[in-house]
Amino acid sequence: MNALVLCIPLLPFLGFLLVGLLRNKLSRPLIGIIASGVIGIAFILTLVIFFTHYYPANAITYFDFIKNSKYDISFSFQVDQLSTLFMLIITGVGFLIHVYSTSYMHDETPAHYARYFSYLNLFVFSMLLLVLGANYVIMFLGWEGVGICSYLLIGYWFKNNQYNYAARKAFVMNRIGDVGFLLAIFWLLARLGSVDYSIVFSNASALSTTDVTGITILLFVGAIGKSAQIPLYTWLPDAMAGPTPVSALIHAATMVTAGIYMIARSNVLYSLSPVSMDIVAVIGVATALLAASIALFQNDIKKVLAYSTVSQLGFMFVALGVGAYTTGVFHVMTHAFFKALLFLGAGSVIHAMGGEQDITKMGGLRKKIPITYWTFLIAVLAISGFPFTSGFISKDEILLAAYSHSKPLFWLTAFAAVLTAFYMFRVFMLVFLGGFRGNDEQQHHLHESPPAMTIPLIILAILAAIGGFVQLPELFGGHDYFNQFLAPVVPALSHEGENLATKEYALLGGTIVGLIIIFLFCKKWFAVNQFEGKYTGFKNVLAHKWYMDELYDAIIVNPFNNIAGFLKSIVEKSGIDGIVNGVGRFIQYSSRQVRLIQSGLVGNYILIMVLSITVLFMVFWNQDLIIAFLQKIF
Amino acid sequence: MDITTIVFWFLSALALFSAIMVITRKNPIFSVLWLIIVFFAISGHYLLLNAQFLAVVNIIVYAGAIMVLFLFVLMMMNLENLPVVNKNIWMKFLGVISGGLLLCILVSTSKSAADMNLKTIIMKEGNIGLIENLGKVLFTKYALPFEISSILFLSAMVGAVVIGKKES
Amino acid sequence: MPVSYYIILASALFCIGVAGVLTRRNAIIVFMCIELMLNAVNLLLVAFSKMQNIATPPGSVSVGGSDAQIFVFFIMVVAAAEVSVGLAIIVMMYRNVHSIDINFLNRLKN
Repeated sequence: MNALVLCIPLLPFLGFLLVGLLRNKLSRPLIGIIASGVIGIAFILTLVIFFTHYYPANAITYFDFIKNSKYDISFSFQVDQLSTLFMLIITGVGFLIHVYSTSYMHDETPAHYARYFSYLNLFVFSMLLLVLGANYVIMFLGWEGVGICSYLLIGYWFKNNQYNYAARKAFVMNRIGDVGFLLAIFWLLARLGSVDYSIVFSNASALSTTDVTGITILLFVGAIGKSAQIPLYTWLPDAMAGPTPVSALIHAATMVTAGIYMIARSNVLYSLSPVSMDIVAVIGVATALLAASIALFQNDIKKVLAYSTVSQLGFMFVALGVGAYTTGVFHVMTHAFFKALLFLGAGSVIHAMGGEQDITKMGGLRKKIPITYWTFLIAVLAISGFPFTSGFISKDEILLAAYSHSKPLFWLTAFAAVLTAFYMFRVFMLVFLGGFRGNDEQQHHLHESPPAMTIPLIILAILAAIGGFVQLPELFGGHDYFNQFLAPVVPALSHEGENLATKEYALLGGTIVGLIIIFLFCKKWFAVNQFEGKYTGFKNVLAHKWYMDELYDAIIVNPFNNIAGFLKSIVEKSGIDGIVNGVGRFIQYSSRQVRLIQSGLVGNYILIMVLSITVLFMVFWNQDLIIAFLQKIF
Repeated sequence: MDITTIVFWFLSALALFSAIMVITRKNPIFSVLWLIIVFFAISGHYLLLNAQFLAVVNIIVYAGAIMVLFLFVLMMMNLENLPVVNKNIWMKFLGVISGGLLLCILVSTSKSAADMNLKTIIMKEGNIGLIENLGKVLFTKYALPFEISSILFLSAMVGAVVIGKKES
Repeated sequence: MPVSYYIILASALFCIGVAGVLTRRNAIIVFMCIELMLNAVNLLLVAFSKMQNIATPPGSVSVGGSDAQIFVFFIMVVAAAEVSVGLAIIVMMYRNVHSIDINFLNRLKN
């Protein structure tokens, strides 16, 4: 069974090697079968673990990774409910997206096609390593692995410099977060001498408050980078430069939730530090609001979804910050369903439009691409929180948890949820309703996507619609299966002593009324044939993303560039170059002088030889004499 | 002071004097002649040391063959009107100085080796230097090097012929 | 007779040879000085051979020290070979540059 667990991450790695090394030999269908197949098998193996309840109490150790007299960090996997859940999401959604990609990327040449799938497989491998690792170092390995895969896939079309800049930006922003994560690992090692989860969590109470707060905040810095929270969120919208399935898998469903996983995994540490929890919640709600407000006036369909992802990640951090760890993880799951569906649907729309991403140039696609339309509708309803979809149930729980924590937090989160519904309906109306606003060629090109793309859409749509029932509130006949499933690893937030029924009904009523109002307004504003893409006033500020990129440029990038320019032109030129060239010139000069010894006259050589023999004799036979002589001098 | 000691000192003085004459003569012909005298003095030493075979070989090979070869080459060349390269007196000075320095070092080194000071040589005794005894050793223990040295001679001969051949 | 006498005598001859090599520029004389140095070494070897030789009653064969004399013999062999080649080179040189001054041979410089 342990070997089987090892197989789960190794299979995608095998696929990576196979597809990557033989990229010039394999044909496109074979590449697709290999790459999707390994993920599919990994998914089946995960299902085996899930259904046989193979959750060993101790970590499975495979070999020593770093071992010295002080530290013993082993390469070991922790298979428990939390990691199994994430493995299911990663391999399951990952498999669907692989299948979808085989069709979506069909225009690439076989070598690039293989490159794409090898990156994707490597990503799944790293992500599995991240969630399976039984200590923070293995998690960090996976953490860096997904970072590099994200970089490679954002810059997949490397001939476009703009995309390369986006990839670089994502990489640098992630690095900033990674420094925090690394420092946290070092801090843990220094204080506890171990990074194994079991040892860290059982000894967590021995840590001082300062240590716990410092470690958890540094861990959260890592999560901020990876999960695109304020202030390191700007890379995620730019990351949409990558192929759309990549956005669905990496930048919506899995990688960006690594931060959530890390905090949920470290819940023991966070529960010891209320300060860190508050910071997590505040950052979460601020991000949710900011990203939702930006998403309101974006015209690029993928940008809207990207900001929506940032915003939803904010919701998850709110849940974590108020102590509802299981709720946060639950939202990860439902979000993986409906956001992957949204991205794949958007991919299908872009595919149908022949590469067009501007929603102001779409419209009226309902009739042309019906399957995409219906699945997209389900996803929009789910993310907006339409009653009894998966998104409703998870968001409902987040709001309840926020309400029992603090009232202002609840109202801000609820407002962000309202904004979510608003911008999602706007996109939906602009794309699918009204009349077509593109050119004739695009209209002629419109077609439904092939089955390899629509089948994953349908499966994800079913999951997005009913996937939430595993955690249906008791009020509606549910049994908290999800929380009970995770209970051995992550404690659920207790709502005892609160009048849940009233709040649930109030939320349900509020949601229905709110959605109807938003729907009607959106229909009035956006479901029209003509649409002017110009914004003024505050709308313009939002359309320009609060000028956040410009702000970063002004306060960080430009000063940094100036310092670098100063170092380059002044310090480098006159300082370092001077030293280096000076050494070079000195060597050249002295060599020119020394070269004169080589006169070519044999007599001189013999003379030098004889003198050298004399000196050597002196040194080796009369050492004491010489030492005494030197001592006399000095 | 017995006759052996007198002969020893005489031969040593002769060898040193002749050697100095070798390197100071302007005419190479005189140098060759003085060098032959050095070899005779050294052969005398060999006789004192009961190395009769080597003494004879030394005279035949060195004084006889090699020095004649030198003379032969010298006389082949017309050394009267050689182009004169400017002489460097400093170079000569330095050469003598460094030679003397080396001598000082060597002597002081051998003096500082304590076990060497006590060793003595018994003159005019023993018979290992006889042809009979040396020959036995040479053709049994050192048979292989002896044969190899013949190959060396052969190659030297070929080399000399090749080098000395006029370029066609 | 102390062996150190012979060591000093051989050293002196050797150093005279060295000084000759350093001071003279006539290739043949330099060559002769090298022969002188070889002979100094030979003399020393014979002296050491005699030092190693253990004296025995007259009439019987003494033992030890014969190796050094064989060495001298081989050195003479090598010297003879060396002289033949060396003189050939000098003749060659004279034929090419019409001089036997070693300072003409400064091609090593380039």
